[in-house]
Amino acid sequence: MAERQVLIEVKDLKKYFKVGKNAVLKAVDGVNFKIYKGETLGLVGESGCGKTTCGKTVMGLYEATGGQVIFDGTDIHSLNRREKKEFTKRAQIIFQDPYSSLNPRMTVGDIIGEGIDIHGLCHGKEREEKIHELLELVGLNREHASRFPHEFSGGQRQRIGIARALAIEPEFIVCDEPISALDVSIQAQVVNLLIELQQKKNLTYLFIAHDLSMVKHISDRVGVMYLGNMVEFASSDELYAEPLHPYTTALMSAIPIPDPDAEKEKKRIPIEGEIPSPINPKPGCRFAARCRYATDQCRQETPELAEVKPDHFVACHRTMELNK
Amino acid sequence: MSEKILEVKNLEVSFRTYAGISHAVRGVDFYLNRGETLAIVGESGCGKTVTSKAIMGLLPESNTEIRKGEGSAILFHGDNLLDYNEKQMSQIRGSKISMIFQDPMTSLNPTMKIGDQIMESILIHQDISKAEARNQALEMLKLVKIPNAEERMKQYPFEFSGGMRQRAMIAVALACKPEILIADEPTTALDVTIQAQIMELIGSLQKELKMAVILVTHDLGVVASVADRIQVMYAGKIVERGVVDEIFYKPSHPYTRALLNSVPKIHTNNKETLYSLKGTPPDLINPPAGCSFAPRCEYGMMVCRKRYPDITRFSDSQECSCWLYHPKADTAGLPEDMIRRRAR
Repeated sequence: MAERQVLIEVKDLKKYFKVGKNAVLKAVDGVNFKIYKGETLGLVGESGCGKTTCGKTVMGLYEATGGQVIFDGTDIHSLNRREKKEFTKRAQIIFQDPYSSLNPRMTVGDIIGEGIDIHGLCHGKEREEKIHELLELVGLNREHASRFPHEFSGGQRQRIGIARALAIEPEFIVCDEPISALDVSIQAQVVNLLIELQQKKNLTYLFIAHDLSMVKHISDRVGVMYLGNMVEFASSDELYAEPLHPYTTALMSAIPIPDPDAEKEKKRIPIEGEIPSPINPKPGCRFAARCRYATDQCRQETPELAEVKPDHFVACHRTMELNK
Repeated sequence: MSEKILEVKNLEVSFRTYAGISHAVRGVDFYLNRGETLAIVGESGCGKTVTSKAIMGLLPESNTEIRKGEGSAILFHGDNLLDYNEKQMSQIRGSKISMIFQDPMTSLNPTMKIGDQIMESILIHQDISKAEARNQALEMLKLVKIPNAEERMKQYPFEFSGGMRQRAMIAVALACKPEILIADEPTTALDVTIQAQIMELIGSLQKELKMAVILVTHDLGVVASVADRIQVMYAGKIVERGVVDEIFYKPSHPYTRALLNSVPKIHTNNKETLYSLKGTPPDLINPPAGCSFAPRCEYGMMVCRKRYPDITRFSDSQECSCWLYHPKADTAGLPEDMIRRRAR
């Protein structure tokens, strides 16, 4: 295999929010990963685990509290205004809610064209042509350019969002739960479109979702987050076939399988309780309170993400003994 | 022998909207046996929620038309709920038939303590003292496995997490030990691990209280593990029904097959193109004359667009409305298993 080129390197990324006197919400707390050119990196976890915050901080939509996001050699959080604009030309984001992420007072053509105008890519006839091309690329008609977002269904709006992200021909797209607001049959349409576009334009995706089977389907590698930390990171096949972290194992066993026989055979590994609050978290492994293997060491020392197998990283003190 | 406790016959519901009359439910028939779980599966706008709200008598009177007479009925132990007035309905609702909703934040009262909300439904339907009701409410909270139930009784919904709120709502719904629980997308707003907890809870309470559950959902994964029978809805009609194994292993209607194929399987290869349906469901203001799935169906024929298909029965439990199983249908290009099942 050819040497993989790193497009983005996230180093010890932290994003804290102040939520009152002496209270800090640690949404993302020291996350490391690399995204290679042309791949899809999936980020999964339950609500409140920090996956969306992570995506937005990688995009520079949030100021990082600490750490670096190195995009093609430069840290995006140290850019000045002009450089930042250059960066936004290469990286785009697709949002979860296709209803609130499109300006209801702009026509679809102007929504898609906004990025083109900001970066002054083309004008007049050429711009119009480009917008029509984009609409057709995402499976809509050129006539749709003069309509308003409210005239479209959820799936169609998500396509508009994708066309807007593609308008300035970015290399990297953060997909923040792009399908969770859509119906099953429409989800498949949008996912197929994303995969097709990736192959056509050699795009790199950071795909954030809580739908584990969809993430598995689209991603090359997957990271599992829990309460602001990355707990496991591996190629998607390996992660789903052989999860090592106790949280990942439990999470995988909770996925409902659309197959009654498999469901009967499946043994669910229960996790007690719910995700604790990310405000002023205790030291030690974040999962310790709900983990049935937790020891005193787990409650005191935060485990580092360590490579236990080639390209398979786990942050757990007891990985080795538990997975003999 | 199983006993039918609910029977819905030719239910038709339409809404008056600015754009015209929207025919949300267009002739739905089904029954529910004591203690079983019936799943109604379909995508947004297919009429599954409207059907369940019609049973509960929860549709707004101002703009809703539910057809009465001509064989249309919702029979609960033989009594037609469509003939009930609001007062009679409110005696059934919450005590005999209960419902839990998708979003527990909007269906719990934000200004009332959780304990009071559970007590409210007990006090309305049972002739007991407040102290007794409080005890029962506390029992309910313990039954739905809310830790520190004593303290939680005094808290407001905003102090509960999503999963906890859903548990609290289940406690409210089950406080009077209803015979039927209608669960409308009970876990859609929840994370998978919490979803698994809630589904397990509903299952164990169902056994304990011997109630029947109507599970309304779009998630086929959830259905696979809990349902006894499944009916698939599309554009206001039931297009296929059967016991759970029939629907998953021998799906007959092209829409059911498409639904099953468009979810990625954990064990299949990555990045393979998912089966995807073209287009979107029809507008129910002017529903198509024939089969409403025809415009999206890859095997659609001329007749499909003109006339609604008859029901084809495959077994005692499985039936489907599709022209492809008609003896005269053109079989060119049909998958093997569909051809084999055609009537001869």
